[in-house]
Amino acid sequence: MDIQLKRGLLDVCVLSAIKTEDSYGYKIIKDMKPYIEMSESTLYTILKRLELAKMLTVRSCEHGGRLRKYYHITEAGLKRIEDFKEEWREVMSIYKFVTKEDKND
Amino acid sequence: MTKQEFINELESKLSRLPQKEASERISFYCEMIDDRIEEGLSEEDAVADIGTTDEIASQIVSEIPLSKLVTNKVKPKRALRAWEIVLIAVGSPIWITLLAVAFAVIITLYAVLWVLVVCAWAVFASLAACAPAGIALCVIFIVSGNLTTGLAMLGAGLVCGGLAIFAFIGSKAATEGVVLLTKTVILGIKHCFVKKEEA
Repeated sequence: MDIQLKRGLLDVCVLSAIKTEDSYGYKIIKDMKPYIEMSESTLYTILKRLELAKMLTVRSCEHGGRLRKYYHITEAGLKRIEDFKEEWREVMSIYKFVTKEDKND
Repeated sequence: MTKQEFINELESKLSRLPQKEASERISFYCEMIDDRIEEGLSEEDAVADIGTTDEIASQIVSEIPLSKLVTNKVKPKRALRAWEIVLIAVGSPIWITLLAVAFAVIITLYAVLWVLVVCAWAVFASLAACAPAGIALCVIFIVSGNLTTGLAMLGAGLVCGGLAIFAFIGSKAATEGVVLLTKTVILGIKHCFVKKEEA
């Protein structure tokens, strides 16, 4: 898959993983596992990028005698997910058009 | 491998990174290991699950932009001592001049290369200009009744035209050669940096 495309997709995946409630690194990876495998290093880069883009915020919370980082989605993050859905409606209709010939075979 | 061993290994492999960057990443992996242990994995298994420190370190280094690595490398690890600063300042008339001269020499050599190319094109242009001039002179001499000189001029013009074709081929090849050389050298310099940083 095209690297730029994959990068954009993974960004939206991570945002979706923290959409309904704040989550932490290991949980994000576990939640995504049935759909897409992601290494810790990749997740770290994506979280950093999303934080810089102000699509999520980070807070450290005490958990079992240690600190754990929780990620919270922002308005901009939610908007990114909505934009993604809108974009992909278009992509899907293009896909239908492109594969139309295949079905006739 | 225990968690502490894993951290120590990763720390030494990330020593090239800016301090803040490295410690942030290490605490991220720490959290990942702790969360796995909390879920019931043994410390050994939790560490093994994260991957080897070699894999992690090489992935991190490949993700960090070259400029960041270079600045970190160029930046001295400790603050400069007073006498070192004095030495750098006192020596500046020497090292700045030397650096400037070295730079000037490289730029000059490169300029000379292009001047040669320009010369080749100048030869081509003058030869090409001689061809129509010869033909024009031929017509003028013949009209004024000097047939022999006219034919000689025609011959000279045609010879120049023929040579111009060869000059064109040569000039074009020279230009392409210099452009290719420039590209290769620039690529070579870039490669030097990447290899050094990844080693």
